[in-house]
Amino acid sequence: MQAFTKLTAIAAPLFRPNINTDIITPMQFLVGTSREAMGDILFAPWRFNDDGSENPDFILNMEHFREARILIGGPNFACGSSRESAVWALHSFGFRAVIAPSFGGIFANNCFQSGMLPIVLPEKKVAALVRQLDAAPHTATFTIDLETLLVLPSQGEAIPFKIEEFRRTALLEGLDDLGLMKKHSDKISAFQTTDRRSRPWIYSENFG
Amino acid sequence: MERTLFDKIWDQHVVTDLGSGMNLLHVDRILLHDLSGFRALRALDDAGETVIHPELVVACPDHTVASDPTNPFASETYDRVGDEFRILCQRHKIRHYDVESQEFGILHIIGPELGLTLPGTTLVCGDSHTCTHGGLGSLAWGIGSSELVNVLASQTIIQRKPKRMRVNFEGSLQEGVTPKDMILHLIGQSGVEAGDGFAVEYAGTAIRKLNIEGRLTVCNLSIEMGAKYGMVAPDEKVFDYLRDRKHVPQDEIWDKAVTHWRKLHTDDDAIFEKEVLIEVEDLKPHVTWGTSPEHVIAIDGAVPGLDSTYGEEERLAVSAALDYIGLEPGTPIEGVDIDWVFIGSCTNSRISDLRAAASVIKGRKVVEGVTAWVVPGSAMVKAEAESEGLDKIFIEAGFDWRVPSCSLCVGANGDILSPGERSISTSNRNFVGRQGPGSRTHLASPTMAAAAAITGKITDVRKLV
Repeated sequence: MQAFTKLTAIAAPLFRPNINTDIITPMQFLVGTSREAMGDILFAPWRFNDDGSENPDFILNMEHFREARILIGGPNFACGSSRESAVWALHSFGFRAVIAPSFGGIFANNCFQSGMLPIVLPEKKVAALVRQLDAAPHTATFTIDLETLLVLPSQGEAIPFKIEEFRRTALLEGLDDLGLMKKHSDKISAFQTTDRRSRPWIYSENFG
Repeated sequence: MERTLFDKIWDQHVVTDLGSGMNLLHVDRILLHDLSGFRALRALDDAGETVIHPELVVACPDHTVASDPTNPFASETYDRVGDEFRILCQRHKIRHYDVESQEFGILHIIGPELGLTLPGTTLVCGDSHTCTHGGLGSLAWGIGSSELVNVLASQTIIQRKPKRMRVNFEGSLQEGVTPKDMILHLIGQSGVEAGDGFAVEYAGTAIRKLNIEGRLTVCNLSIEMGAKYGMVAPDEKVFDYLRDRKHVPQDEIWDKAVTHWRKLHTDDDAIFEKEVLIEVEDLKPHVTWGTSPEHVIAIDGAVPGLDSTYGEEERLAVSAALDYIGLEPGTPIEGVDIDWVFIGSCTNSRISDLRAAASVIKGRKVVEGVTAWVVPGSAMVKAEAESEGLDKIFIEAGFDWRVPSCSLCVGANGDILSPGERSISTSNRNFVGRQGPGSRTHLASPTMAAAAAITGKITDVRKLV
């Protein structure tokens, strides 16, 4: 997995509440699209017109935001379906971090599997960033520093954020979950040995 | 220390504490479907990993199989994944319930039905509606494909311990009001984000009175409130429901299991970070008007306007929803014309759902111009319904009697509406494009869907019973 330390990039505002993963990657394009090509279908219902042409009013079709690597979403960003394609599509398009007041719980976990950083900031702070971008799109270059846990907008004060230390370390080092889980394989075996005695119905010999 | 039902199950599965609130949890059951499960098995192969406990995994191609009785393999998606998924499962020695098997069905239907889902277990699937299984007192939740690879390879998962929320439903439902209305009402009142970061326990007298299938319906929509986990404490009804099902333990192991399961309830003084009380006595049938499950009103309500207390962003979202759904603010929801009726999905395709819908349909006709489908949730539900003659009631009324599939709930198997068509649907998501590009969905209970089939309009089923 790609490590994440510090990112300086354009941030694109898409501050709508409850954007679901069906909008981020609609089902009709999912099967048959490779993980790497998912950027092509990102936000398809909003990004493209019915005839397949680009919707010029959509933020990611505006010249300045085509190269965005940071997305600023609204509350409950990426709620709904567990489809990991939502993360893959954002990643494939070029995004490496999403800032929002809150995230769909499954999406947030999925982010960490691909080195995507989901940053939760208070809604007022996110709204203020969006207002700044709306008023002055040329100020959209932000820096996110995972070492110091700061979001540094091009204007205004640095904004601190929190993330579980465990997740921070994994992102900084580019470690995936499975590598870490395997370090605990002895503990997993020991758990099962004990558990097999207390809950024998869980295991295969009693699984008709 | 006093603990909640959730804490008791969670604590029992902690393999090790990873710090900062993160735990490594043992996973007891894994379900695989033909979209995320397929991707996970491929990714597992690419990573050179193996399935460590294939005997604890069950697979079923519910998403890409169509509900067409003459050709369930008709979809382009099934063409792309169906055969390879079966082969991957065979190679990894994973039990794969094929379309022709008598166990086939939607995973969230067959898990409980086959006794794969047991109280007190941890169960995961690459599907957000995995919370359904909480109706039996299982801690069950949806995960992504990469997390699924990790679970398949290690039988564990890294999770942050959520906060606890209890929803107390008190009282008795009136005739014509269903578990679906209870949970839709809750989502409408609380919003689609209310459960984010919480494990929800549904409790109270109204929950105790529900049969198991009603509890599964309530838990199914937990994720539509933002909660990954939703559950009901197991009781004697659960044990009676499970006894002698295909995969449940037998004899002395069964007795030992039941003894254990009887301890799985919230202690009297346990603390919930959030509690909600819903009195159900006056609850009416509910139906959605927009493009989010929180866009829901009682049947005697009207589509809301934009003049309420919305903030700017929410105003834009509501405006977009109204535009998409094609309804004017102030329109009474009762009387809205529909083109389609879909009775099916992991929310409402169990035998009690079909019985309830059939009781409304019996002796009546689907109005001309409306396409009405019943898609039983599993081969077992289908067989049971047919043995009771429910299929004849539906067919004589003009319904299509289909074969098990996720069908019109997910848009992944060729079963879709045409752009602009409007459905009343017993499924769980009224999202933009959910039933196909441009489709307009109104979520409701099976009896409400049945009533709309007869009149061609969204109708208060209580006027027909």
